[in-house]
Amino acid sequence: MTLLKVDRIETYIGQYHILQGVSFEVKQGEVTVLLGRNGAGKTTTLRSLMGLNPISTGSITFKGESIHHLPTYEIARKGIGYVPEDQGVFPDLTIEENIRLAMQKSDDATLERRDWILNLFPDLKTFWKKPSGLLSGGQKQMLAIARACVNDNELLLIDEPSKGLAPIMVEKVMNVLQEMKDRVTVVLVEQNFYMASTIGDGYYIIDDGRTVHSGQMAELKVNESLKKEYLGIA
Amino acid sequence: MDVLLNLTINGIATGSLIFLLAAGLTLIFGLMHVLNFAHGALFAWGAYFGVWIYTQTDSFLVGILGAIVIGGLLGWLLERWIIQPVYTNTMSQIQVTMGLLLVMNECLKVFFGPNQVSVRLPDYLDQSWLLGGVILIKYRLFVIAIGILVFLGVQYMLKRTRLGLIVRAGVMNKEMVQALGINIKKVFLYVFILGSSMAALGGMLFAPYSGVIHAGIGMDYGILAFIVVVIGGMGSIVGSAMAALLVGVLGAFMTYFVPSVALAVNMLLMFGVLMFRPAGLFGR
Repeated sequence: MTLLKVDRIETYIGQYHILQGVSFEVKQGEVTVLLGRNGAGKTTTLRSLMGLNPISTGSITFKGESIHHLPTYEIARKGIGYVPEDQGVFPDLTIEENIRLAMQKSDDATLERRDWILNLFPDLKTFWKKPSGLLSGGQKQMLAIARACVNDNELLLIDEPSKGLAPIMVEKVMNVLQEMKDRVTVVLVEQNFYMASTIGDGYYIIDDGRTVHSGQMAELKVNESLKKEYLGIA
Repeated sequence: MDVLLNLTINGIATGSLIFLLAAGLTLIFGLMHVLNFAHGALFAWGAYFGVWIYTQTDSFLVGILGAIVIGGLLGWLLERWIIQPVYTNTMSQIQVTMGLLLVMNECLKVFFGPNQVSVRLPDYLDQSWLLGGVILIKYRLFVIAIGILVFLGVQYMLKRTRLGLIVRAGVMNKEMVQALGINIKKVFLYVFILGSSMAALGGMLFAPYSGVIHAGIGMDYGILAFIVVVIGGMGSIVGSAMAALLVGVLGAFMTYFVPSVALAVNMLLMFGVLMFRPAGLFGR
């Protein structure tokens, strides 16, 4: 079943025409990876999905409902969690406050999800009352993912979770994303092809603000020419 | 020594009044990045309308509550209809709020006349005690107590409530707050109403403190509040409280000892702080 459908969206940032026709579909329960070189428009695509960079044309449909005209907070309340490229943690707030802020409800189900995610990221429990600005890059990434998972979200948009992380931390984040696949659908923007190809089911390649290729990750893994042409992987 | 103690108490009382005005200003700027030059006008409107209600009802407490309500209502109207359309344009904010300050000041002259209005203290606050050589004026202690209560109340709101949590997060990253499903525009409105009510409360408390009010007090105290916010650090309530006390106490001392430079001392203090801490004492 298609959870998210993005149809020929175009986005301007100021006078710059960043997205010039991005289309893709996300099936429930899958990890869909958006690939492409730096500056291709992957981050703007996620920001457009969240309404942070509103689209000028095209449409975005989530669970059959058009969402591109909604303000960001309403898009989030539809059940879409967002982990931005810079993690977006609030440095002066403690980890506990960051998580509490994200919790749209405080019912048993939400508390159970919070406990589940804290078991995945035990570091967060250790530093529970510490300001999140003191965390390492990897720990901030964990907090950002935890915050996006604490609500009953059906879709997570995760922007470059491996960026700037040590290999051991990349492995840790990857394991968590693997574990989350059973609970939530994921759109992942990722430059680290190892990570993308390990956890991704389907892929879309974005180049110059357009979707230029798509398919199953298993096919891309063995398609050396495509990887070289669009991802610069020799 | 007694003179120094008297001046300190006077300065703290003045600082409390400035804090009530500056606290709203710093919250509004910190969260919304709105330069609200009309904030001083809310101080003046709070003074005039609070005093009018006080006169009509013969109850100072009702006057205070009336000023708070009128400040909140004005805050709601201003944010909803005038400030909201210019959120993303700093230059328009300056032009609109400056214009608003002038219009609101002139409106006071239309409603209450161009002359100063005398304000008397309620009898139960019109007392003083002599403690050693120190004169303790009951109303000044009352103003200081209100300033402390408001400071503690705002701190409680910021540290212990969900609204405060959202405000603190919003000061750091508004986009992310929205991406967590929170309607930040609604929070902007609440903060604006809160800030406006505090300014109006400050104006109402100032009226009997000064004994007379005129339409220009919004401009005079508005400038002082801006200086305090810059010294304390934009967006910092603790910074505003400290800076308001500093400005109040320093002003009291300079007016007594070197009156010729009393007016310039706040500017000099601001320049001095900005030279060494461009973000203000508690700013980031």
